[in-house]
Amino acid sequence: MFENAITISNVTKRFDNFVALNEINLTIDKGELVCFLGPSGCGKTTLLRIIAGLETCDEGEIIQNGKNITHLPPHKRDYGIVFQSYALFPNLTVAKNIGYGLKKREIEKKEAKKRVKELLALVGLSGSEDKYPSELSGGQQQRVAFARAVATNPSLLLLDEPLSALDARVREHLRQEIRELQKNLGITTIMVTHDQEEALSIADKIVVMNHGIIEQVGTPLEIYHHPKSLFVADFVGKINLLDAVYKGNGFFGVGQLHFKVDTLSQTDIVVGEKMKLLVRPEDIKPYQESYEEVNIIEGNVLKITFLGSFCRILMSIKGLLEEQLLFDVPHKMIKHFTIKEGNALQLGIFPSDICYFKDTSNA
Amino acid sequence: MPRLFANSHKMLFGLIALIIVSVLGVIIFLPLLEILQKSVYSSEGNLIYLERFSVYLSQPNAHTLIGNSLLVSLTTTLIIVPISFIFAYALMRSCIPFKPLFRYLALIPLLAPSLLPAISFVYLFGNQGFLKSWMGESSIYGPLGIILGECFYVFPHVLMIILSALSLSDARLYEAAQSMGAGSIRKFFTITLPSVKYGLISATMVCFTLVITDFGVPKVIGGDFHLLATEIYKQVIGQQNFELGATVGVLLLIPSVITFSVDALLQKKQHSSVGSKFVLYRPKPTRLFDTIMFFFCLGVVLLLLIILGVSIFASFVKFWPYNLTLVLKNYNFDVMDGGGWNSYINSLQLAIWSALFGTIIVFLTAYVVERSRLWAPLLGLIKLLALLPMAVPGLVLGLGYIFFFNSATNPLHGIYGSLTILIFCTIAHFFTTSYMTATTTIKQIDREFDDVAESMGVPFYKTFFKVTVPIALPSILEIARYYFVNAMTTVSAVVFLYSPQTTLASVAVLNMDDAGDMSAAAAMATLIVATSVGITLLFNAASYSISKTSQKWRQH
Repeated sequence: MFENAITISNVTKRFDNFVALNEINLTIDKGELVCFLGPSGCGKTTLLRIIAGLETCDEGEIIQNGKNITHLPPHKRDYGIVFQSYALFPNLTVAKNIGYGLKKREIEKKEAKKRVKELLALVGLSGSEDKYPSELSGGQQQRVAFARAVATNPSLLLLDEPLSALDARVREHLRQEIRELQKNLGITTIMVTHDQEEALSIADKIVVMNHGIIEQVGTPLEIYHHPKSLFVADFVGKINLLDAVYKGNGFFGVGQLHFKVDTLSQTDIVVGEKMKLLVRPEDIKPYQESYEEVNIIEGNVLKITFLGSFCRILMSIKGLLEEQLLFDVPHKMIKHFTIKEGNALQLGIFPSDICYFKDTSNA
Repeated sequence: MPRLFANSHKMLFGLIALIIVSVLGVIIFLPLLEILQKSVYSSEGNLIYLERFSVYLSQPNAHTLIGNSLLVSLTTTLIIVPISFIFAYALMRSCIPFKPLFRYLALIPLLAPSLLPAISFVYLFGNQGFLKSWMGESSIYGPLGIILGECFYVFPHVLMIILSALSLSDARLYEAAQSMGAGSIRKFFTITLPSVKYGLISATMVCFTLVITDFGVPKVIGGDFHLLATEIYKQVIGQQNFELGATVGVLLLIPSVITFSVDALLQKKQHSSVGSKFVLYRPKPTRLFDTIMFFFCLGVVLLLLIILGVSIFASFVKFWPYNLTLVLKNYNFDVMDGGGWNSYINSLQLAIWSALFGTIIVFLTAYVVERSRLWAPLLGLIKLLALLPMAVPGLVLGLGYIFFFNSATNPLHGIYGSLTILIFCTIAHFFTTSYMTATTTIKQIDREFDDVAESMGVPFYKTFFKVTVPIALPSILEIARYYFVNAMTTVSAVVFLYSPQTTLASVAVLNMDDAGDMSAAAAMATLIVATSVGITLLFNAASYSISKTSQKWRQH
């Protein structure tokens, strides 16, 4: 058997002069849930549609289960798809929608009926056979679309922003449900989304895309904690970005301050080179005492924003001219550290929590 | 053409596309090409470029005709565009009662042949007119009668364009203006007028073109006042001078092509000005304004009904205006000129077949253009062919058919003089409007239905019948109704193409009137109106029952 469900090699797609996808290479393992994540216009939907055969690529090839499908029409490929609009046939009942692809495969009517019943039970909508899509809620329609997509037992499931038409609460609930169904069925799944939280919470693997190229492929943890580019760091989660100059020996100069960083993996940076340092707000913590191994900075509280389970604090930092820092603290700590607008505060950052990138902004 | 026929589905699509291209080529493009060619070649077959035109235009008679045509068209436009605007404004922006009724009644002229208003005005103000004394020294036979008749004929066409332009106004603009203290007059000039600007331009040009290319009204009531359109008819039918007919025909193409091009340009602008978060404007009652608007609409609708009513009434009268006893003798068509009851039967056949085949080919064309993902230049060609008829007046199309199908070298020569050529011509003549209705509908149907179906391995033609057609059924019915009614009422293209075996009701009206048998002409026109109204009601009933049975899934 082949281990890779999908192998994409050098896929390029142009629309007139616009390069939508530029030499994309990607492998997807069997049974994985992969999220294509990126801002609108990054090419994620185009890549999904090329895998579905709804668009053709100009160069490159796609292998599915060892078979070259690059030039196969959609109906000769093996996948199920759920669109953002669900695209449930409005004039057909739920049962007929789900069974739409079954008839052709000449399964006997009785068996098709049984299968529809099974699928409805699977998505928790037993008894809705004779309803029309317009009689269902958005979340229910989404489930029917999911059941229809897996009805023919495809080896690949494609989800094109399946949750973005729903409101926040339903969305959160449904994405876990999709994840569970996907795990139970063991079906290789690609989901396109622009919602980083969605991708982080359910994906086995995230493919971050921007301007037609893949910026990074990795597990949610890798993507979040070890972004490989400034774009990925900025797109996934909230960050503080600082202009810095490399001073050598793992030290970076920021304004009049020095930061120790021990995530040095790049070896090609030279002393004096302009860099960008990156720290996530939750990796900055108030410190009453100073420790050798922690970067300690001092500053004044400018603004406190209440964000539900925690507060986000904006600080001006001694030794930095313009740059301000954001950090997150739980409510309890606000009292404990007497954090108030105008108060002075001491903060610490672990050297392992700082990422750095070469500053390419005005090269 | 990379992978045009990459698979069986595409191949099937390609085959349908090729059939469509050939059909549209034969019924639209080639006849048109033929007439254009005729106009730049001499009768000996030498290329003489624009010589025919320069010769024709140097004659004083041509100047008179052009002057007359311009006079009639411009005057009608100046009268009917403001009236239509006020009427449309009343329907969209006031709180008058009976709006739907006013709207339906205003569209009634669409159900009558353009000859009917002319007949009515003759009955009212002609030599034996009921109200001849009102005319004083002037005569209804001439520009006055023509303009009045044309007003009746073009009113609904102009009204529909302005109505749709007015429906695009965004309520939030008015709320914003109000919050800044703008009065109603200021709002009208700063918001309403700019937003309907393109619609008004389009309505003006359509009105002008419809009038300048119509020959039904002037034929009946024009007397000695000749126009370009009647000249074509006279040259071709009366004197068999096809070349001169073609020359004048191509001249008439000019305003149509300009109108068509400007309209296509404006359509694009109009679309881009409407955002997605559009809030529909809802008028608030204002007593004085609403009262004025109500009586205006009432007046217009009453006038339309009177004009229609006069012909209907006259068709049942023994001897207008001296003996008003009601009789049915005028309906005894078989003893009169014009082809008798047979022409009515022929018209019905033409209407049924045009509605059936026209709807099928229109819907298929729109479907292939919107959904097939075939080679883009091929789809562009089909689209162009589908939009072309809009720019071609019926008279010119009919002439083109004579040149193309009457040529002995044409393998389709055999259909000349048959019902088939009339069906071809009718389908072609009314293709664009139907095509645009179908395109709009298909665009509204989620493209992803097809994508999903294909992902399940279901071929597109199955989804076409199981999903696309059921969803589009109301608009398919509307296209069929449109074809049926127009096939019943049209005169302009078919007048050159009928044979003694295939006389038509609408043409019979013309011929009866020509033979001096006005009451029979009125009777036949009445029969046409009755049929059109009947068919419209029937289709509306069918549409209603469909939406009733499918209301569980159809959200309006």
